[in-house]
Amino acid sequence: MASLSADVVACPDCDLLQRIPALSPGGSAYCPRCGRKVATSKPGSLERTTALAVAAAIAFLITNVEPLMGLSLAGREASTTIAGGVWQMWEQGEKITALLIALFAVIAPALQIGFLLAILLSLRRPPAPRWVGALLRWVEIAGSWSMVEVMMLGILVSLVKLAAIARVVPGVGIFAAGGLILLLAAMSSSFDPREAWSRVRWVKDEGPQRALPSGGVDAAEAGR
Amino acid sequence: MTSVARTGMSEGFVSCGACGLLSRPAGAEEPGECPRCGETLEFRRRDAIQRTWALVITAGICYLPANILPVVRTTTLTSEETDTIISGVVHLYATGSWYLALILLIASVMIPLAKLSALAYLLITVQRGAVRNNRERARLYRLMEIIGRWSMVDVFAATFAVGLVRLQPLMSVAPQPGVLFFSGVVILTIIAAESFDPRLIWDSSQGKQETND
Ligand SMILES: [Zn+2]
Ligand SMILES: [Zn+2]
Repeated sequence: MASLSADVVACPDCDLLQRIPALSPGGSAYCPRCGRKVATSKPGSLERTTALAVAAAIAFLITNVEPLMGLSLAGREASTTIAGGVWQMWEQGEKITALLIALFAVIAPALQIGFLLAILLSLRRPPAPRWVGALLRWVEIAGSWSMVEVMMLGILVSLVKLAAIARVVPGVGIFAAGGLILLLAAMSSSFDPREAWSRVRWVKDEGPQRALPSGGVDAAEAGR
Repeated sequence: MTSVARTGMSEGFVSCGACGLLSRPAGAEEPGECPRCGETLEFRRRDAIQRTWALVITAGICYLPANILPVVRTTTLTSEETDTIISGVVHLYATGSWYLALILLIASVMIPLAKLSALAYLLITVQRGAVRNNRERARLYRLMEIIGRWSMVDVFAATFAVGLVRLQPLMSVAPQPGVLFFSGVVILTIIAAESFDPRLIWDSSQGKQETND
């Protein structure tokens, strides 16, 4: 294995070399130059994140199966799910928007939860196979396109708008979506990608000897 | 801080964009691949400035139709009306939900504009080799990454209105071309922020004494 210590990193936002100090449980290290968080200590991350991801998977299923809201006007009723909204967008000609909504509200969160569960399970027996590295990259991308919280605000906006003309009823799905937002946030913040990467098998088994950059400043610990 | 900053690049190290591992590159021109995850290494994101400019300009062009064209058309037995983002905000304000009107105004109108101006500002200062306000500019970049997604709220609202209100001929809601341009603006600004490299903010002051605190 390469001899470069895992404790020395270059800040992703400003490239400053720094040593990550031993952190107290729950403590974070910040880049002294630009203020970006470079590391957080997350004891028990693996177990907690697994539990949260399983709960998020359940909330995700309910959110997508149950109606988000219902409407009644002059004795007629209608209700919609996420898929229903996407389908109507598609049917009425806004195909690209339909695909984007499906991506942000369904596909990205599903991949985010699914990939993370696969990663967590395979990290239990380190070193994890190399495809876990690819999933670690993908889970980050999926997370950045997953917009359940924005969708929730969009639902509230349309509920208020429609309440002016018809009777609207929030459905079970909307409460599940609320739970899903909290679980996704807790899941992402309890996951420790640095720890995960340290358990993945390297592409190059016998890396060249790499000299450690001498010196370098220490990252500042929490509460600078 | 008054010392000369030691960066990965100045010390001949490259940080992996995927896994964060710091390693000695294979060569200065072609840094090679990350020994841990196999990702192609780059000292700085490739063509960051040109790509970001291209995306910012395209998003800026989409911003006008996104705000001028209607996003939904509501048809009832007696009337048919189309709403743009702005007229939607005005309606909400008039029906008493001024707080939601304000949220929509900020999310749909102001955030995309703020994001485009902030990116243009970062690009121009980097191109001019500005060395001041580095920390503030870094903070601006991070803030932009977080708030951009909220602009999507009106497209979600339109989608659920379209999905829900299908009581023909009593009342129905149909999407209009504005939603396409609007989602375009959101996506393009998100990708633009991704393709910019915040390390460029600091590169101009590399080797100089930092007087930034
Ligand atoms: Zn930094
Ligand atoms: Zn890597």
